[in-house]
Amino acid sequence: MDLAYSAEYDSYRQQVRDFLESNKDIWPKRTGLGRPSEEHKRWQALLIERGYTARTIPKEYGGHGGEPNILESRIAAEEFTRAGAPGGLAGQGVSMLVPTLLEMGTEEQKEQWISKTLSGEVLWCQGYSEPGAGSDLANLQTKATEDGDDFIINGQKIWTSTAHEADMIFCLVRTERDAPKHKGISYLLFSMDAPGIEVRPLTTMTGHAEFNEVFFTDVRVPQSSIVGPRGAGWLVANATLKHERGMLGDPNAASSRLSKIIALMREETIDGTRLMDNPILRDRLAKLQGEVLAMQFNGLRLLTCSLQGKSAGLARLIVKLKGCELNHQLAALAIDCYGELGILYNNSEHIRARGDWQRMYMFDLGLIIGGGTAQIQKNIIAERGLEMPREPKPAPADATGGQ
Amino acid sequence: MEFGLSEEQIMLQESVDRFLQDTCPLDRVRELALEGAVHDDTLWKGMAELGVTGLLVPEQFGGLGMSLLDAILVQEMLGRHVCPVAFTATSVLAAIALTRSENEPLKQRYLPAIAEGSLQVAVALSEQTGVRTGAGLTICDDKLTGNVLFALGAPNATLVLVSGPDNGMYAVESNASGFERQTLRSIDDTQVLAEFRFSDTPAQVLGTDDALADKLVDAGRVMLAADTLGAAQCMIEKAVEYAKERKQFNRVIGSFQAVKHMCAEMAAGLEPCRSLVWYAAHAFDAIPEESRLTACHAKAHCSEVGQFVARTSTEVHGGMGFTDLMGLHYWFKRIGFNRQLLGSPERAREDAAKAQGWI
Repeated sequence: MDLAYSAEYDSYRQQVRDFLESNKDIWPKRTGLGRPSEEHKRWQALLIERGYTARTIPKEYGGHGGEPNILESRIAAEEFTRAGAPGGLAGQGVSMLVPTLLEMGTEEQKEQWISKTLSGEVLWCQGYSEPGAGSDLANLQTKATEDGDDFIINGQKIWTSTAHEADMIFCLVRTERDAPKHKGISYLLFSMDAPGIEVRPLTTMTGHAEFNEVFFTDVRVPQSSIVGPRGAGWLVANATLKHERGMLGDPNAASSRLSKIIALMREETIDGTRLMDNPILRDRLAKLQGEVLAMQFNGLRLLTCSLQGKSAGLARLIVKLKGCELNHQLAALAIDCYGELGILYNNSEHIRARGDWQRMYMFDLGLIIGGGTAQIQKNIIAERGLEMPREPKPAPADATGGQ
Repeated sequence: MEFGLSEEQIMLQESVDRFLQDTCPLDRVRELALEGAVHDDTLWKGMAELGVTGLLVPEQFGGLGMSLLDAILVQEMLGRHVCPVAFTATSVLAAIALTRSENEPLKQRYLPAIAEGSLQVAVALSEQTGVRTGAGLTICDDKLTGNVLFALGAPNATLVLVSGPDNGMYAVESNASGFERQTLRSIDDTQVLAEFRFSDTPAQVLGTDDALADKLVDAGRVMLAADTLGAAQCMIEKAVEYAKERKQFNRVIGSFQAVKHMCAEMAAGLEPCRSLVWYAAHAFDAIPEESRLTACHAKAHCSEVGQFVARTSTEVHGGMGFTDLMGLHYWFKRIGFNRQLLGSPERAREDAAKAQGWI
């Protein structure tokens, strides 16, 4: 047990701090997962040059071309968070497609897409879920039929964030109609400008359209746009889902929420008394603090396992389930602290924190459901972590999903 | 940067685990528990041979001079095997108290005896963790009068350490005048609990460090959290094992999602507790400014998760979980006992709030 960093890492930390401090005047405004602004693209280029993002991606594909160093990456991430500085681009293209292409793409695909994706020039959306293929993703029915050198695509995708502004989509489609459901899927890359694509915004309970539905009617896509072999899309997609699950449930997000709630409970008053002096609210806060600390220390354990090249087993499998639930509970406490103020919304007079807590409380429920529902997570924990048996499969009469 | 156990620590924990598997099977626990709350001297001698009784005693006094992080690994195994020995009282709390004491004669006399396993010490900290109606202590000219409840330690302890209302720590020898002890029966017969009564009983001050009593509470809370961690981990393993064997509707019940999810929820709750307990122990050893806060949270959070695991594991076992035959109740009761001792979760969280200036 040694929680100190060695001198070389302390000096790396100082370098990151100095970089952020001396470039403060060119920090871009945050643009979320959508299309980056010109200033954000310039920031991205600078971060790649310094190795604060795209660190291990080879130079010929527009990355930094450095050796992996888990601790330095972690230190850089910590310092960006601490300073409140915008990080590198984090859209689904950068976080999911790029790792997949590096692992499964052809040389031509890597050259064609990775650099443009990293730079922010090309924005991607992810076409996985369908109305009939949520937790049972492999049941997807969007079909691609051959026509000469092309596929003709028909079907519908849902939960497609950034589809309304994306240039390109990485999309799972059924190319082998007669194969078992996991073996009939292919992973395609195609333009969102192709004729026959319609994007409709999907408004959620937050009142915002964070997602879209995408409809494909006779969309023509060259067969060469496939990643990996035909019918192997399930394996290709699983390579990226692994990257997505790593992003959800980050304990640093919970920790920063907790600090905000501590501050609000010290500042807000009701009947002239600080909320912190209400023993019930204070106990709820302390209870959540205990959970946040446990998840943070669990994160330190995961980091150490990565550094030592060991599997963290259960400690990693639980992160999405526990982390997302914890974030939701934190938002719930913040709203209860505000009481009636906590129901104000839509820029109302007297609203606190711009209504962020209200929006997060609702959006978090989406995160508990999305990226593998809590129930699917529990199956994974039980089956992979505790080696419990899978649910017996029903008779295979309906193996491709029933049509 | 390394947040994990060393090879030596893993070996220590494994050797204690093996030793307890051999010497403390459930049948032995049952046998002892029939006599009421006991401390198993045979087991204690074995632990002395392993060297763990003197784990925290400095080397100059014949111990191993190790840290709380090592002690929690032993306690986790004691919880895992619902072991009836009062390790925390003697080998942790008394060892820490005497090591930090400025009373040289006391140190010389008692620390080597703790290391060799020939001395039992009982520790009472209820003046720090909540004085109940019907209890209370006064001090006049280094003489104690009154009573303290919920003292930890073997019934044959010959030295008693008591925290006073003045935050001081006092040592009383069990043959001192006006000292009486009464064993308190609890739900858990694998741990001993006592009331101490004093009437103008002469006591020796351990030292001038006002913070010592609070440090002992911190260490005790982390130890109880570790015990609960071990007991709860065992309850999860038992539930999973049972669910893989027990058949109903022609299937093992572990293939039903309703049962599987109960197991997943237990594992998801308990896994982060391990890191929390490690961190709290390490903070006690090396990060004093975080020690109180993390000790409070380790105790409170492990108690909450432990309670959930205790009831859920019992439910996974169905009707059998509820029987004496299965013996699962020893773990259930141990977790319930640990939850209240040295402050309930609510009390520990209130201490956490104070430690960071919330109130």
